[in-house]
Amino acid sequence: MKYLDEYRDPALARRLLDELHAVATAPWTIMEVCGGQTHTIVRQGIDELLPAGIRMIHGPGCPVCVTPLAMVDKAVAIAAQPGVIFTSYGDMLRVPGSTGDLVGVKARGGDVRVVYSPLDAVRLARANPDRQVVFFAVGFETTAPANAMAVLHAATTGVPNFSVLVSHVLVPPAITAILDAPDNEVRGFLAAGHVCAVMGFTEYEPIAAKYRVPIVVTGFEPLDLIEGILMTVRQLEEGRAEVENQYARAVRRSGNGTAQAAIRRVFTISARTWRGIGEIPASGLALAPEFAAFDAERRFAVAELNASEHPACIAGQILRGTRLPTDCAAYGTACTPRTPLGAPMVSAEGTCAAFYGAGRRAPLPVLEER
Amino acid sequence: MCLGIPGRIVSVQAPDERPDLRTGVVDFDGVRREVCLIYAPEAGVGDYVVVHVGFAISQIDEQEAARTLAVIRASPDALATELGTP
Ligand code: SF4
Repeated sequence: MKYLDEYRDPALARRLLDELHAVATAPWTIMEVCGGQTHTIVRQGIDELLPAGIRMIHGPGCPVCVTPLAMVDKAVAIAAQPGVIFTSYGDMLRVPGSTGDLVGVKARGGDVRVVYSPLDAVRLARANPDRQVVFFAVGFETTAPANAMAVLHAATTGVPNFSVLVSHVLVPPAITAILDAPDNEVRGFLAAGHVCAVMGFTEYEPIAAKYRVPIVVTGFEPLDLIEGILMTVRQLEEGRAEVENQYARAVRRSGNGTAQAAIRRVFTISARTWRGIGEIPASGLALAPEFAAFDAERRFAVAELNASEHPACIAGQILRGTRLPTDCAAYGTACTPRTPLGAPMVSAEGTCAAFYGAGRRAPLPVLEER
Repeated sequence: MCLGIPGRIVSVQAPDERPDLRTGVVDFDGVRREVCLIYAPEAGVGDYVVVHVGFAISQIDEQEAARTLAVIRASPDALATELGTP
């Protein structure tokens, strides 16, 4: 349990929490769909400061965690080919595939490199014209503009030895899939602030109306989260189901138009498989036909491998929010951030890693009451 | 990769191979990185931007940047991980 005096503005945090305690008369389950928010909530113990009936469920908001096993296997297969320089954001390197991870490829002599920006991968391709440079283009709407620009840049400046292995996912279809599940308990959502900085929040308006759920665009600072939860609970108590913007200082309703234009130019909407959840229609991005020449899946023709998760891992239930990491038999014993068995333990944005980092051991009191 | 870190633009330039790809150098709490500014066309030297994987995606004010950086500093390795220097 963390103490309020660790907050940047303890008095304001206390005031918001008092208000929340006064407003909440019924039990409500709220989901955040942003790994950064999960991290703050668990690390700062925000879920433990909430009124007894208010339960936070940590949704599939970690891009590393939802990248499907089959895609990790493809990355490993491509990276192992001679003449390939395989580039990736750092947090994808230790994600376990069926037969190993990218770190393992590197240990066996493969050329696997961490890049900060996808433009660095394009630069690398230009500097190594006799090698194939592949970039692992994963992430939500926050990384899509960067990955789109890397492809555009390679196309415009003529870098034929560059390609991307695309595994992009979108937040609104995931929210819809969670709401469509027959056992859904989520009554309100915190939308990820930076996803909305890119996309705006008009996409959430029909979801809020159709499913009668409040959706509050929220930042990832502790006070942002408490305020976002308060705004959600207030709507629930008043019987409203609207999209509200807690994070107005960085998010406009229409988002970032230039970034959206680049995404639309380079990518088309496609079905995507979410690790642990399964296929969700129209839930991701694939390269538009115009840019098919940059598609690493075509260029390397890697076969679909028979992907299998570690038998102990309950990542699917963790990502859907039906179980907590502490419910997993391997949590903290066989599975730790140093020896991850599943993706949610690899990335700092993953729920299992967030729990481990905060030293969570026993199930939360709220769960014991159920 | 998804966190987004605020930083201050210290210079703006264009790479020779593609002049329209506006880039600049952004200071993150003392660590400097080249950042693509194509999605923040109005941001200039001295402005604060939220940067995701080498791209500025929105402009914010200085106070907001300071608050967000304080949060990121509180989680060990977050800054290094986001800047690709694990
Ligand atoms: S603790 Fe490890 S094995 Fe258990 S669900 Fe999380 S990632 Fe999977």
